[in-house]
Amino acid sequence: MMNRLDTVKRGEAVARPASIAVNDLTVTYPNGFTAVRDASFELGPGSICALVGVNGSGKSTVFKAIMGFVTPTAGQVRLCGLPVEKAISQNIVAYVPQSEDVDWNFPVLVEDVVMMGRYGHMNFLRIPSKKDRLKVDEALERVNMSAYRKRQIGELSGGQKKRVFLARALAQEGRIILLDEPFTGIDVTTETAIINLLRDLREAGHLMLVSTHNLGSVPDFCDQVVLLNRTVLAAGPTASTFTQENLERTFGGVLRNFELGGHALHEDDDARRINVITDDERPLVFYGVKSRKKKNAKKQDAKKKTAKNQDADQ
Amino acid sequence: MSALLAELAVPFTYDYMWKAMWVSALVGAVCAFLSCYLMLKGWSLMGDALGHSIVPGVAGAYIIGAPFAAGAFFAGILAALGMAFVKQHSRLREDATIGLVFTTLFALGLLMASLHPTSVSIQTIVLGNILAIADEDALQVVIIAAASFVVLAFIWKDLMVTFFDETYARGIGLKTRTLKLVFFTLLSACTVAALQTVGACLVIALVVTPGATAYLLTDRFNRLLVIAVAIGTVTSFVGAYLSFFLNGATGGIIVTLQTLIFLAAFYLAPKHGVLAARRKARVARDRALAESKSASVAEAA
Amino acid sequence: MDPIGFFSEPFAYDFMQRALGMSLLVGAVCAVLSCYLVLKGWSLMGDAISHAVLPGIVIAFVLGIPLAVGAFAAGLACALLTGYLKYNSRVKEDTVMGIVFSGMFGFGLVLFTKVETDQHLNHILFGNVLGVTTADLIETAIIAGGTLLVVLAKRRDLLLYCFDPNHARAIGLPVNVLHYGLLVLLSLTIVSSIKAVGIILVIAMLIAPGATAYLLTDRFERMLLIAVLVACSASVLGTFISFHIDGATGACIVLVQAFFFLLVFLFSPKHGLLRLRELRDQPGMPAGTIPGPAEPLPALSGRTDGALQQVVDQGGRPADQHHAIEGRHGAE
Repeated sequence: MMNRLDTVKRGEAVARPASIAVNDLTVTYPNGFTAVRDASFELGPGSICALVGVNGSGKSTVFKAIMGFVTPTAGQVRLCGLPVEKAISQNIVAYVPQSEDVDWNFPVLVEDVVMMGRYGHMNFLRIPSKKDRLKVDEALERVNMSAYRKRQIGELSGGQKKRVFLARALAQEGRIILLDEPFTGIDVTTETAIINLLRDLREAGHLMLVSTHNLGSVPDFCDQVVLLNRTVLAAGPTASTFTQENLERTFGGVLRNFELGGHALHEDDDARRINVITDDERPLVFYGVKSRKKKNAKKQDAKKKTAKNQDADQ
Repeated sequence: MSALLAELAVPFTYDYMWKAMWVSALVGAVCAFLSCYLMLKGWSLMGDALGHSIVPGVAGAYIIGAPFAAGAFFAGILAALGMAFVKQHSRLREDATIGLVFTTLFALGLLMASLHPTSVSIQTIVLGNILAIADEDALQVVIIAAASFVVLAFIWKDLMVTFFDETYARGIGLKTRTLKLVFFTLLSACTVAALQTVGACLVIALVVTPGATAYLLTDRFNRLLVIAVAIGTVTSFVGAYLSFFLNGATGGIIVTLQTLIFLAAFYLAPKHGVLAARRKARVARDRALAESKSASVAEAA
Repeated sequence: MDPIGFFSEPFAYDFMQRALGMSLLVGAVCAVLSCYLVLKGWSLMGDAISHAVLPGIVIAFVLGIPLAVGAFAAGLACALLTGYLKYNSRVKEDTVMGIVFSGMFGFGLVLFTKVETDQHLNHILFGNVLGVTTADLIETAIIAGGTLLVVLAKRRDLLLYCFDPNHARAIGLPVNVLHYGLLVLLSLTIVSSIKAVGIILVIAMLIAPGATAYLLTDRFERMLLIAVLVACSASVLGTFISFHIDGATGACIVLVQAFFFLLVFLFSPKHGLLRLRELRDQPGMPAGTIPGPAEPLPALSGRTDGALQQVVDQGGRPADQHHAIEGRHGAE
């Protein structure tokens, strides 16, 4: 099923491997607010990259700059080696919106939404060709939503809604896919399904940029990380970049840090500890860190605090 | 020179002009007071909708010879209930719901007027005619506006807290639901009053523009109120005065004046005006550019 | 009254035939636009543009150019000015719109009293469909027909723009062209409707058919079709009723449309009031089939949030038009 996407002929863009190059990006809005300053990072094909930062850290601004919604005050963004405008006109970028941004009462069916991904490939009147219909069928099949194609989009569950918009990105055949907070408000099964799909796409050479504050799942499926706080604090492979130290820099005082260990966890004298960092429903857990803080924190307490913290965040 | 002055003083020699100027000023003031709340809550459409919705009530009142304020008030309440009901029970957006209800009521008023052309002048209702206002109508307007002012003087702070943070307001024991009800009652009352000075189509200006202008000039709510009320009063008074020389269109002149003041504030306001914002943006931009050259914060992988 | 006479009697008059043709044309083009306005949340935009054309008509008369041109220019100016003021100040969009259109309307009234025109203010405000000439009819047919053609040809792009402007931009659609194109089409529609229903009642015709159709179907193409059908039958019925009761024609058409809406609001098979009530009484329904808003409407919740907050804490947030990506303002 997967290789269908691989064999697609996409003219010039096929020759160019997916890439995002952000160089010294600075964005100052008309009201004088500088949302991002001197941000730089580079991503290549076959990669899933997490864009991590607190609210207001400039995640959305970076997204907007990549999609050409804002013009950089300084610096530049290149996609597949092309300027943004050119890349957009070649249908290189697909975008999966946050659920809150969608009017779920809109009178469109699931298949209509997925067909919207094909508009860039269609003629002036947007009359779907046989190929367009085929791509829509494939995309729906891939996210396992074929059975729901005649449903109005508001009648779906949270996870199904997400999958529809993912299918739209697939139908669009963009080599760069931007996902805005894809894991908020969906169940674990869907999350796993989406992650598996993203991995397949990575194998096929796609480049995915995922904005998320769901730290726990980042090392799970992202091979690259960009940490953002009004500028790029660190960027690179997850293993070397997604460290406790960098995260503390990224989140400043926003994150909670819990260390658990010793007899609170087990009976033996294993000195390794569990360090829980979280601002969200999925705490990130480090094993084998040396103790720096209080010893007797109980797991239950930590959980409670996490929950409280999460409430405060909402 | 003195001839010019004498010419300019002519309006003050007529009783009906005095009446028109003072009634307009009073209505302008109380509408401006309300505009501060409406504008901040994003309820401007409500002002427009109420202005149009009360037309059938006024037309009906004139047809059966009842006080116009009673008819208008009845229609206003009907409109509010209709909007709330449709909004609650359908998936339509709020703006479509409001638009649907007020245009329907307006069409109803128009139909009633067209069926009874002798007892109702639809043009008077839609465009206002304060210069020729009947004494009993003027009395109704003055009573409505004065009573609204008194009520507002007592509850303006409570309203502010309620609209700013309703949960908190409830927490400190305010009856937010009652307050909101009172607010909308006041709004429809003032709409009824404004109908006489500027007419149904321009009511929205009186209950939006002064507040928005003041909003560009200050960041503090009590000053916002003072500035808005001052603008509303002065423009209405001057507008009525000027309409003497233009033979009518009082509403049009008042609203044009208010719009001009808004545009002036939009450009020249010391902190939130376009010119100030441009200056600020230029400074921020230069600073951002300068810093991005000197510092090399970013470390690309 | 016998039903055949109800329709045949007015048809004996030439002016009724023209009136009927006019209201059908206007009804159809307004209905198509109304579908987009209702979905995009632009109902107030129709309100604003239609009020704002008044000064354009007077100025066009003074300059001796076609009134439709002046009206169109004024309507478009209102839309552009609203966008400009909103983008450059911290005043909310609906407030700005109210200020601009009431200001233009007020200015138009002042102009009107100072300029001797051959137009009746009442006819501009409320329309005069019984007095249309064949030349009026042709002019309207050209404007309305052209508008209809463009909208129908680009209906999918416009729909995508209303549904998800970010995606539209990401796949390379010219979003600005679509945005201003829709405004131009809206202005044209309003201009073509002035002679028939006037600048105030056209607002109703730009909302009611789309709203009615929206409650009947979940497919956009059907929504267009239903809206046009509703509007056209309302035009026919309203025109004939006004003939028989000797009332204002525009008002009758609008009231018939409102009546249709009421029927659908109550009895729509899927989204009607009675249907919703039925469903509410059956707790065992599968989750997927419950119609109606499962989530709060963005237009409702977004509108009233944190307005006063800005007084206390203004600035800070990028005042960008395309804020849709960061949907949760509350969280920032």
